[in-house]
Amino acid sequence: MSGLIPNGLINDVVNPVEPFLRSDRMPHIWCPGCGIGTTVNSFARALIESKIDLQSLALVSGIGCTGRVAGYVKLDSFHTTHGRAIPFATGLKLANPKLNVVVYSGDGDLSAIGGNHLIHAARRNIDLKVICVNNLIYAMTGGQTAPTTPDHSITSTNPYGVFEPSFNLPHLVEAAGAVYVARWTTFHVRQLARSISEAFQKKGFSFLEVISPCPTLYQRRNKLGDGLDTMKYYKEKSRVRHGAPTSEVGLTMTGEIIVGKFVDRDRPDYQTMMRTQYSESLGERFVEPQVETVCS
Amino acid sequence: MAKGRVSIVVERCKACGFCVEFCPTHVLALSSAFNSKGYHPPHVVHPDKCSGCDLCGMYCPDFAIFATKVPSPAGGDK
Amino acid sequence: MKADPRGVLTGVHFMDGDHACCEGALAAGARFAAGYPITPSTEIVERFAARVPTVGGTFIQMEDELAASITLQGAVWGGAKAFTVTSGPGFSLMMEHIGYAAMTETPCVFVDVQRGGPSTGLPTLPAQADMMQARWGSHGDYEIIALCPNSPQECFDLTIKAFNLAEEFRVPVMFMMDEVVGHMTEKVVIPPASQIEVVPRRHTRKPAHEYLPYETNGDMVPEMAHAGEGYQFHVTGLTHDQRGYPNMTPQIQDKLVRRLQNKIREAADRIAMCEEEQLAGAEVVVVSYGITSRVAQRAIEMARERGLRVGKLRLLTAWPFPEKKIRELAARVKAFVVPELNLGQMVREVERAAAGQAKTFAVSHAGGGVHNPEDILKAIVEASRCQA
Repeated sequence: MSGLIPNGLINDVVNPVEPFLRSDRMPHIWCPGCGIGTTVNSFARALIESKIDLQSLALVSGIGCTGRVAGYVKLDSFHTTHGRAIPFATGLKLANPKLNVVVYSGDGDLSAIGGNHLIHAARRNIDLKVICVNNLIYAMTGGQTAPTTPDHSITSTNPYGVFEPSFNLPHLVEAAGAVYVARWTTFHVRQLARSISEAFQKKGFSFLEVISPCPTLYQRRNKLGDGLDTMKYYKEKSRVRHGAPTSEVGLTMTGEIIVGKFVDRDRPDYQTMMRTQYSESLGERFVEPQVETVCS
Repeated sequence: MAKGRVSIVVERCKACGFCVEFCPTHVLALSSAFNSKGYHPPHVVHPDKCSGCDLCGMYCPDFAIFATKVPSPAGGDK
Repeated sequence: MKADPRGVLTGVHFMDGDHACCEGALAAGARFAAGYPITPSTEIVERFAARVPTVGGTFIQMEDELAASITLQGAVWGGAKAFTVTSGPGFSLMMEHIGYAAMTETPCVFVDVQRGGPSTGLPTLPAQADMMQARWGSHGDYEIIALCPNSPQECFDLTIKAFNLAEEFRVPVMFMMDEVVGHMTEKVVIPPASQIEVVPRRHTRKPAHEYLPYETNGDMVPEMAHAGEGYQFHVTGLTHDQRGYPNMTPQIQDKLVRRLQNKIREAADRIAMCEEEQLAGAEVVVVSYGITSRVAQRAIEMARERGLRVGKLRLLTAWPFPEKKIRELAARVKAFVVPELNLGQMVREVERAAAGQAKTFAVSHAGGGVHNPEDILKAIVEASRCQA
């Protein structure tokens, strides 16, 4: 039984998240206690609350467990190459500025192989909403060290413990130029939904980090319990500090997790600046990029 | 009279326990039944305490549970 | 359909191959390019950057070729015709995304203005040593189309053809220029838009609930939709079925990968373009492409002046390789002479197709300059003396 629900109805009621899912592909591949599905609930809530036109929404993901989100949502969705969701999303957005483009990918995909694209898109302030599910590990491939893996963690490529400093992603993207930076955990389901909604109201590069359990690999190898234990840890050790300086929100294996909205500022997005520059330089010769009717 | 009702998609559940833990009124517990994958899905133990807040639905990583508000008898929910 | 006049710079021009390529792209309807500077290709996107804001499109210089090669594909799925330009080292970086374009059937053009390699090599000097890479550079089984212009005029004309083939077959097309063709300045005639045929995007006419993104009929090419039109389709580089959903089984893999290959191979006769001269009655056939074909032309003339019966086969399409043509010729000619600015790449295809029925003489050159006609002539003479 695939879990297929005819018309999304059960007992004549519909799960609010069901219309956003490819029900014919359920149940999904994520592990018991993995938090990625939980983030999708918050994402769906944000779409409902923001009244986003789903037809003009496109979702782009990279490779990894979080990358599989693209295949489970009933939207125009693109499962691209490892680390390159952001440049693909940039192309989509530039070719069709009317699209609302969301990048939904993992910490390894976005900050390691995709790190260069992350900082340049933030610098350019491309109008993208980036949801970074940070489970502190490369999960899909079996639990290797990621740039976000906290110090002393055991991973499959640091079997004696990680000794590299890890990235503080909010700090990185703020420095690169992001206009909206927030962090929540998968415990903060309502707050995350609200932050995603806020990001939809902003033009420019928005970055939402969601700390999420990987019970099969990260938590298990570090004897931190299962998904539920991790959610309880998030509940107990998270501290909401809106506006906290991002330099102070680094993570450790079992320490405090600073969450909240850290950055909310305004600066013109890439396309606005492009239009302004061309109009000033070219005057009447400037022709606005249109969505091309390349079809017959 | 419960304000809400829980619906459970048994075959999607992976028994992570989030819904049981985070239901504010402790409506749920993991059952001793099995789904076809061998997981114990939750079941409703205190139906009268369900407020229909749908926190279970928001937490569930497997889209296997949700709660809806039960329309009140005369007048209905606006 | 006819070209959009806004992108067509009708007139008689004196321009180099790089510039002509840019004009060809605009004439073909390209309104998006993502690039990264690399000699000797940069002028193509520099011109595009200057032209496209006056025509209604976008150019973005990305942070590296990895980004450029996928950004253009995002633009394609957003509705545009798109391309990028590069040379050897950048071409190498783009390989993963060429494979992604082939797997997801994203119509687009990759221009490689070849220069000396390997590695940093000779940034400002020609070679033709990426020809095999164009065909095999990405991992896995897939097919591409590759075109080789030999003049600035062809850089204009064949670029339009490249875009048209990309749309017709939903495949990435490699436009294999070389540094000399890119930097040589010649007369380029750009006709009125009404005389330029462009192939439109193969967009589905099905309603959303009936549309399957990778369903095909006879010609093995699925119909496309763009993001933002309500189709809510899924595209993935994973092995996928008609619905576009990942379906990672040997059966689906077989079906998918064979179709990706066969949609090109079975149309090879239609796709392959060659320039033929005096093949009937030829004893020796010179097979060449790109800038080398122009040097070879001189060598062929010199050989004919000596009374040798030399035919010319110039490849405008390097891939799919015109196997059938070579096989036919091999049955009746003595030998092929294949000069290339590399140490033997397309010559292997000639040898393979000839299957021992005719001899093959490679005239290799490590790159950095062009052949002397005398070197090619020497090979033609040797070929004409060999035993049939």
